[in-house]
Amino acid sequence: MQIVARLATDGTILDITGDIDLAHSPAMRKALLEEIREKKTHKVFLNLEKVRYIDSSGIASLVEGLKASRDMGSRLILFGLSKTVREVMELSRLQKIFEIHDSEAQALGS
Amino acid sequence: MRGGRPIKSTNAGRGKGQPKSQMLLKLELKSNPEALCLVRAAIERAAEVLQFPDTDTRAIVRSVDEALANVMRHAYRGRAGLPIEISCHKLDSATTKEHHAGMEVILQDQGLALDPAKLKGRALDDIRPGGLGLHFINQSMDEVEFSRKKGKNQLRMVKYLVPAPQQAGSQGE
Repeated sequence: MQIVARLATDGTILDITGDIDLAHSPAMRKALLEEIREKKTHKVFLNLEKVRYIDSSGIASLVEGLKASRDMGSRLILFGLSKTVREVMELSRLQKIFEIHDSEAQALGS
Repeated sequence: MRGGRPIKSTNAGRGKGQPKSQMLLKLELKSNPEALCLVRAAIERAAEVLQFPDTDTRAIVRSVDEALANVMRHAYRGRAGLPIEISCHKLDSATTKEHHAGMEVILQDQGLALDPAKLKGRALDDIRPGGLGLHFINQSMDEVEFSRKKGKNQLRMVKYLVPAPQQAGSQGE
């Protein structure tokens, strides 16, 4: 899994590539919490277009990121969810808890 | 989506009442999270060979992955290099109670005995990290059965291959 950070006009986009599973979710959790808590980024956009798989540990990291962003008064915005990632979100019944957009353009305009 | 049954805990392994099966795949691996992607790829191919639709293939892959992650995290408490066996069987439609062919996956580990009372997963209304793996397995598979035998944990999961309904007005060839 690879994580690349890009600056957007009012926040940071984290481009994630690969599988977010037990082996790699700790790295995503660290990057996400660093962006939210330490860098105090107002809007963190998570680009999941190139994520082929996410497991429950990945979802747990996203929930932790969401809670941290609420604590900090910032926003965590997801976009580009694949069918596989959407299914897992639906199974977790978390699709309405997260701010989710189809594309980067929609996410940036939100 | 089918499934959604809670995990049944038994002290028995495969018994006389179990449907006939044919071994498709056997994997022996160590409790290293880096191995998960390899297992997912192998299970995905096995489900495709049995002609499961994409949604069911993803459900099987997800369940095996979550079950393996649970073994690594809970039964082996995160210790690497400990043995896990996965066997994958094709179930014969004539012998299953559902009268559908299917796929059975059995995971075995030599880790700590799990408390059946903790095999329920958490309520989804409680929004917090963790506790979702068992819920995913229960929602994704048709049968889920946990047993402890001769110092080994065994998790048996079954997904049935339900024939697609015939489209109205379709012409046979």
